[in-house]
Amino acid sequence: MTAVAPGPRGRLDGAATPHLEMRGITKAFGSLLANDHVNLEVQDREIHAVVGENGAGKTTLMNILYGLIHPDEGEILIDGQPVRIRGPRDAIAAGIGMVHQHFQLVPVMSVAENVVLGQEPGGIVLDRAAAVRQVRDLSERFGLIVDPTARVETLPVGIQQRVELLKILYRGSRLLVFDEPTAVLTPQETDELFEILRGLVAGGKTVILITHKLNEVMAISERVTVLRQGRNAGVLETARTSPPEIARAMVGREVLLRVERDEAHLGEERLRLEGVTADSDRGLPALAGIDLAVRAGEIVGIAGVSGNGQLELAEVIAGLRPITAGHIYLQGKEVGAQPAAERRANGLAYIPEDRHARGLVLPFEIKDNLILGSQSRPPFAVRGQRNSAAIDQRAEDLIHQFDIRPPNPEAPVSSLSGGNQQKVVVARELAEDPKVMVAAEPTRGLDVGATEFIHQELIRKRDEGLAILLISSELDEIFSLSDTIAVIYQGRIVEVMPSATADRERVGLLMAGGTVESAVPTAAQIAEAAATLGSPGVTGDGPHGEGGA
Amino acid sequence: MDAIGTLVSIFARPDLWAGTLRFAAPLTLAALGGVISERSGVVNIAMEGMMLVGAFFSVLVAAATHDIVLATLSSVLCGGLIAAVHGVASIHLRANQIVSGMAINLLALGLTSFLMFRFFATTGTPSDIPALPDVKIPVIYDIPFVGAVIGDQNLVVWLSILAVPLAWWFLFRTRLGLRIRAVGEHPRAADTLGISVYRIRYLCVILSGLLSGLGGAYLSLSVAHSFSDNMTSGAGFIALAAMIFGKWNPIGAFLACLLFGFGQSLGINLQGTGFPDQLVAATPYVLTVVALAGFVGRAVAPAADGVPYEVGE
Ligand SMILES: Nc1ncnc2c1ncn2[C@@H]1O[C@H](COP(=O)(O)OP(=O)(O)O)[C@@H](O)[C@H]1O
Ligand SMILES: [Mg+2]
Repeated sequence: MTAVAPGPRGRLDGAATPHLEMRGITKAFGSLLANDHVNLEVQDREIHAVVGENGAGKTTLMNILYGLIHPDEGEILIDGQPVRIRGPRDAIAAGIGMVHQHFQLVPVMSVAENVVLGQEPGGIVLDRAAAVRQVRDLSERFGLIVDPTARVETLPVGIQQRVELLKILYRGSRLLVFDEPTAVLTPQETDELFEILRGLVAGGKTVILITHKLNEVMAISERVTVLRQGRNAGVLETARTSPPEIARAMVGREVLLRVERDEAHLGEERLRLEGVTADSDRGLPALAGIDLAVRAGEIVGIAGVSGNGQLELAEVIAGLRPITAGHIYLQGKEVGAQPAAERRANGLAYIPEDRHARGLVLPFEIKDNLILGSQSRPPFAVRGQRNSAAIDQRAEDLIHQFDIRPPNPEAPVSSLSGGNQQKVVVARELAEDPKVMVAAEPTRGLDVGATEFIHQELIRKRDEGLAILLISSELDEIFSLSDTIAVIYQGRIVEVMPSATADRERVGLLMAGGTVESAVPTAAQIAEAAATLGSPGVTGDGPHGEGGA
Repeated sequence: MDAIGTLVSIFARPDLWAGTLRFAAPLTLAALGGVISERSGVVNIAMEGMMLVGAFFSVLVAAATHDIVLATLSSVLCGGLIAAVHGVASIHLRANQIVSGMAINLLALGLTSFLMFRFFATTGTPSDIPALPDVKIPVIYDIPFVGAVIGDQNLVVWLSILAVPLAWWFLFRTRLGLRIRAVGEHPRAADTLGISVYRIRYLCVILSGLLSGLGGAYLSLSVAHSFSDNMTSGAGFIALAAMIFGKWNPIGAFLACLLFGFGQSLGINLQGTGFPDQLVAATPYVLTVVALAGFVGRAVAPAADGVPYEVGE
């Protein structure tokens, strides 16, 4: 047990009325208490982080604030006044805006249509020109450059997030909630977003940032509210706390933020790629001649901004994407033309980047997911029939060994948290004693506890002699796990270096292809825009927002 | 024989083209309703049943009151009512919308057969019921050929043609239309912006019922001038095909309805010309299948079409 004292009320001024107060919020889903008398207090013009492991109840709390979920108990006060929020419409009227964890954009509609939806300019007829003009004005004022006439589905996620932000700004919201906004962003995009947030706060907005990445909390927040299993686990002042302290509050025990790692004992070469080229789904060259080798007992980390061929690299090795030239050797044997199943049988394991689409059959039970890929081999199949005894035994072993929760082999995998789902994938992939593993974004979207567990598992297997190719867009992960770092840029390995002597700055630069300057608005520019627009008068209390819906 | 010559002479008949418009009208009304309903995200295969109900009740009320306005209104209303049942099932109860639609079709068939028997068992529907009026356009009526095609068409034919640009304008130019399409593509996104997904969907499903009901009234009051069991004989399904063929766009759906209407009219005009009867009778259906199989390309339904929406608790 740890006791984290609630932080002092309001760093800026102990007596000031908080901009937002949520008191005693309670919400049960069946027997699960997603929020158990949760309190949250956010000062005006503060960047307030809300952290907690996956399933801690962060999204539930924010959905209650936004009126998407109705609490069983508790009250919400804005500027000291109790407010009733029956739905998103009330939340919007109260000046609350939210960028949801999963973007809420209509893909086939234009940026302008998405931004104005629900508060469209015009009478009966939609005034398209005005919508485009207003959105363009807004985007120029805040320096959030995006073409208002572009179809949303054609835009990269970083830009889609700008559209979400524009939606909020269009409604004149004062309190901006971001639910895990950085989960889909590259490091550069994250920096851009933070710059934007600082500017918004300087211009009079208040920001709630949901995250479980401690370095982000440290980088941007003033205070942080920690949730654990649906309850408050402390309010900390960022300036007076440290990542280990936050992690302890989140997890409820000491957490190893640094991965313990011994010297590598390298064995024979297990995986080798020579001049491998492949196309992307759209038929464009994605890999432009990859040369790479991984030895037994070694973790080779592929560092790169996502979209530079990592996905395709993982897939060609796994046998899910044809190569257009080159050779792939698995334990010395050419496998470039082998189907995926044969490669698996020859000792290849694969943790796919998208565990929902590729790693699991979500509606299936845990025990069936734990034998996927081996389901037609003994002992799981005997004379073409399932061998329940062996399947149950395997499930019991792995659930115990990997601490998969809930420990119910019959539960559908879709009912598990992200961390436990990933444990199912990792457990399965390690179960058949592989010789080579490709691990693509093995901890994406996972909380501290699950990340720690999977990192330790990978290190343990590496110490036992597994050859691991680690693909990750998190530089921290690359640096803490890899023995060798290879930087990928536009489908090419631009440099390979031992991680012991690798320099972060240099790796970051190589990832960006040398130098890259992106058109990021300055904080000052955004602050100015926010200040001119931030008055609550712009909120949708006008004639809009009615009109039939 | 000289089949080509016969065909050419048929194509020169104003009857063929006037018939095309006449047959297309009820299809168009139903198809437009389908487009609106599915654009909001509710799959609607119940146009057949809604038309049938409209067809029956218009005749029932017409026989009782001899008032054409009342008769038409009640058919529209009954179409809307049975659509509301589909709405409750697919929106609030989150039932499978194909199953619900099929159930509505069967319910409509059973209900109208039963009531038909109950009210008109021995006599059939009376022949003195009022009809929907034709619109005689003074100058155009006297133009040769053109006059025979459009100079004296039924009011509902004109209404259905008028409804096409109106529906397009409604869906693609109005604020409400934008919301409808947003709800059909991404209901959650619309919900987070304060738009009531349920209200929009009910509105659209009921609208589709009103339109189908009117189409049904036209079939019974004006085309057949009577009601008989299962008299829509698949018109609602042809309208459904037209909606898909037209890619969920009012204009496209209308063009498809014209094509299918043409098929029916051609079938009628081929009768007694020496073409095999069975082939002639099958013409509209063959056209439907060929059109759907061959020329649709990849039709993309609204993303949330048929997916029930659950608001937060
Ligand atoms: N609609 C729902 N129905 C049932 N359980 C839910 C629902 N939404 C969330 N939960 C559960 O509530 C808990 C908190 O979830 P959530 O608020 O999403 O956590 P976080 O955002 O902190 O990861 C989780 O155990 C989750 O499975
Ligand atoms: Mg969440």
